[in-house]
Formats: sequence, structure tokens, C-alpha cells
Amino acid sequence: MAAAVTSSLPAVRPPSGAPLRATHDPRWVRWTLTGLALVFLAFFLVLPLAAVFGEALRKGAGAYFAAFKDADALASVKLTLIAALVSVPSNVVFGVAAAWCIAKYSFRGKSLLITLIDLPFAVSPVISGLIYVLVFGAQGWFGPWLIEHDYKIIFAVPGIVLATTFVTFPFVARELIPLMQAQGSEEEYAAITLGANGWQTFWRVTLPNIKWGLLYGVILCNARAMGEFGAVSVVSGHIRGETNTMPLHVEILYNEYNFVGAFAVASLLALLALVTLVLKSIVEWRHAQARAV
Amino acid sequence: MSLLRKEHSVLPGFGLSLGFTLAYLGLIVLVPLSAAFLKTAGMSWDEFVAAVASPRVMAAYRLSFFASLAAATVNACFGLIVAWVLVRYTFPGKRIVDALVDLPFALPTAVAGIALTAIYAKNGWLGQWLEPHGVKVAFTEIGVFVALTFVGLPFVVRTLQPVLEELEPEIEEASASLGANRWQTISRVLLPELFPALLTGFALSFARALGEYGSVVFISGNMPMRTEIVPLLIITKLEQYDYRGATAIAVVMLTASFALLLLINLLQKWSRRHHRV
Repeated sequence: MAAAVTSSLPAVRPPSGAPLRATHDPRWVRWTLTGLALVFLAFFLVLPLAAVFGEALRKGAGAYFAAFKDADALASVKLTLIAALVSVPSNVVFGVAAAWCIAKYSFRGKSLLITLIDLPFAVSPVISGLIYVLVFGAQGWFGPWLIEHDYKIIFAVPGIVLATTFVTFPFVARELIPLMQAQGSEEEYAAITLGANGWQTFWRVTLPNIKWGLLYGVILCNARAMGEFGAVSVVSGHIRGETNTMPLHVEILYNEYNFVGAFAVASLLALLALVTLVLKSIVEWRHAQARAV
Repeated sequence: MSLLRKEHSVLPGFGLSLGFTLAYLGLIVLVPLSAAFLKTAGMSWDEFVAAVASPRVMAAYRLSFFASLAAATVNACFGLIVAWVLVRYTFPGKRIVDALVDLPFALPTAVAGIALTAIYAKNGWLGQWLEPHGVKVAFTEIGVFVALTFVGLPFVVRTLQPVLEELEPEIEEASASLGANRWQTISRVLLPELFPALLTGFALSFARALGEYGSVVFISGNMPMRTEIVPLLIITKLEQYDYRGATAIAVVMLTASFALLLLINLLQKWSRRHHRV
């Protein structure tokens, strides 16, 4: 685009020497900067990714696949799926509700509400776990009551689900709020005027309009939910086969010097990350196309 | 007059959506967060100071602060270069590189932690070349810095990219036609335009690094007074059942994070206003 504009306006070229010198970088600058960027990314992104798979396969494919036959590893996969299956849908319902009331109506305190929704991103993962221990732990607010009634939240699955929900809280809402604000409410008004009720308007008008943004939020939310480590580590209690998610199982195996096992489970999480990046790129591309039409 | 007042709208669902939003926000975020502040309010001042200002905690603050600062600075410099290259130049595989920038958002921190440790440990891929030259990365402050650089990497790139894409070529042409050379155009026209976004990316990367835990614990070695970061100290106190001590440090961190969040919000507003003008 830039090149097309400048080449059609020869008058702005400096008369002295090389054409386009003032708006385009010389070749050596382009090559140096591109090289610098690629070397930086190779060291900080490609190398760690390669290390995960390299270490996992260090002792051959047999040892790699044997790592998944372990019952504790399978239990950790299951728990990770449970945590994501509960926390992602709850945050989707919340994200849609929050975006609906923020984008479709005006009320006082709206910008405060938006800031509060972003709050979990500013909280260290470790603190995200700690606050649930303070509420539901043995010494916490509801601790004595929970013990009396034999409910377990901390060092059990509900605590893991809660901590995961906290750290992934803003993902869907922060994708949808700006999107729905930009789209406005004209189409919804038209639907209501034509006699649709609120749910019909939502399912047939709003949802098709926000589907790519929603999907984008779900992908990011899911990646974080399955990969969360710090918050879950505080509330899990690290009981093998019971309260270990995949990232926690990676830590246990690693600390036991079972490197092939640790990197094998880690490679599954790395694959999940790669799939996330691919899906994210596809959604970005489709979304851009949908907007261009 | 009620605090939240709805402007007249024909769309139904205001009460339901706002009610659900506030209830969910309160239960998941606000009530648990307030527990940390209320727990600390029960401590005496001396007790609080003893918990948050002991030499071991001070050493952890220093490490967390300076390692995060160094990581955010490196990310600001290289993030600017990466964003510039991705927006302005073309090269084979550019779309893959662009997608890969988000890897630190998608890769679980524990996986990043053990991968970086495997690379920089004494017998690791890079460690075996670095250690004979006296450069120890794993289990030192440099390791903490490397892990924090990894987790903060996408922020600067992703805040700069949209701003760079929206910059109109006309302003560079105007600058050039008025006699500026390329360096003058970059330093006097482009960089001031990019500065608010650059600063926002820097602050986001810094804030993320301050709270980071998963990727650091594996590579840092966790030596008290030397390579112990603040979040790790909270875990250590929790494991010793010192809930008050852990919460007091958490409140100091939360206060710092909220101040940073406020600063980032102001920076983003400034950045937006800067661009409308």
C-alpha cells in the first residue's frame, strides 16, 4: 500500500539521490532488523518449544508413549478437562451477560465495572489461589462450617475449578465488550420492532454477529484454563491421581527427576498451545473476512 | 437516585444481565479478593511490618522488581523491532512468525519453565556452551530474567502492531518532503507517535512479570535471599501454615498490581487521545 502510494507520487521523491530514501528503509536496515527480530524470537520462542519435544523424545518413542500409560498421568488429564469444562462455559455465560449489559445500555459506573472485570489479570496467579484458601480453607471464613458438613473445596476438585475460573474470568468478556460496543444495537432494535422477543433477538441476531469474537475468547480462555499452574498449585494439595492437573503432574514428575515423563506430559500441553495458536489465527482471519464483506 | 440507572431502552434483559454480571463478579472475584485485605486488617501494624519487610522478603522484592524491569526493557526494545518488522517488511513465513509471537500466552507457564531450565542447565542445549565461559543462567538471577522475558514477550508486540498499522504513510512522506532524512523521520515523527503504545506494552509486560510464578520456579533454583521471587515466598509461607504472613505479602503485591493497572488504564487513555488528535 505504502509503496503503491509513493510510487504514484514521484514528486515527493528527494531529488538528490536514491529514490524513496526518506520513506523506506535501506536494504541493509531491513535485513538487520528482520535478522535481529528472527534471532530474538528463535531464542525465546522456538528453542523452548523444540526443547519440550526434544526432551520428551530423548529416550525414544517407546519411553515417550509409556509415560501416558501411567494411571496418575491419565487422572491428571481428566482433571484438567473437568476444570476447563466447568470454568470455560461459566465464563462464557458471564462474558455474554456482561457484554450485553455494558454494550446495550448506558448506566452509571460502567467504566468501573469494566475495570473490575479486568481485575483478575492484574492478580498474581499465586494470590488467585491464596484468596480461595482464605475463604474456603480450614482456617478460612467458611472453613469450620465446611468441615462440619464434610464438604471439601480446598485441596479438592471444587477449589481447582474455582481458581481456574478466577484466572480465566476476563477472557470472554474482554473480547465481547468492545466488539458488541462497536456493532451497536440497530439490528436488535429492528428485530424487536418486528416482534421478536428478547431471547429470539439474542439467539438469531446478536449471537450470529458475535460468534467469531466469542469463539476467539473461548479459545484463549480454554488455553489458560488447561495450562494454569500457580493458582491451581496453591489450592490443589498435590494429591497424586486425585488433585493434580496436567501442569501440576509435570511439576511432580520433574521434581522426581523423571524427565521423560515430565516432558511427555508437557508435550501434550505444548501441542495444545500450538493448536490454540492455529485456531486463533484461523478465527482472526475469518473474522477479518466477515468484517470486510 | 440509584447508583446504577438505566437509560430508557427497548431491548429487554438489562436487569437479568446486569444482575448476573454483578453477582458472578462479586462471588468469583470481589469477595475472595476482599478476604485478603480483611485478613491483613486483623494484624497489628508491627506484625504486618515484620511480615512484609523482613530481609528475606526485601531481597525477594528487589529481585522481582529488577528482574521484571530488565525483562520489560528487553521486551520493549525487541518488541519494537519485531512489531516493526512484522508490519513493515515482508519475508517468507511471516504469518507463522506472527502467530508464534502469542506462544507465551498459549504455552502453560510450567511447560515454559521446565523447557527453559532444560536449555540453560549445565548440560542443557545452550548451558553446555555457556557454562564453560563462566555464564551461569539456570539457578541464577539471569535465569529469572530469561523466564520473565519469555512470559512478557507478546505484550509490546501486540500493543504496537495495531498502532503501527494505522500510521498513515502520508506523515512519513510529509516529513520526507520537508527535508527530513530517514533517521529524523523515525526519531522525530514515528517514535513520538508510537511512544504511548510502547509505554503501555512495557507496563503490561512489567506487571505480568511481577506476578509470574510457574515459569520462574523451575529455572530460579529458589535460593533464599538470592533467587527467590515474591510469589514463591507466598507459597513458602503457606506451606509453613503462616497464612497471615503469606496474606500480608500478597496485600503488598496486590496494592502494587492495582496501582500498575490504574497506570496502564491511564496510559491507554492517553494513547487513544494521542491518536485521535
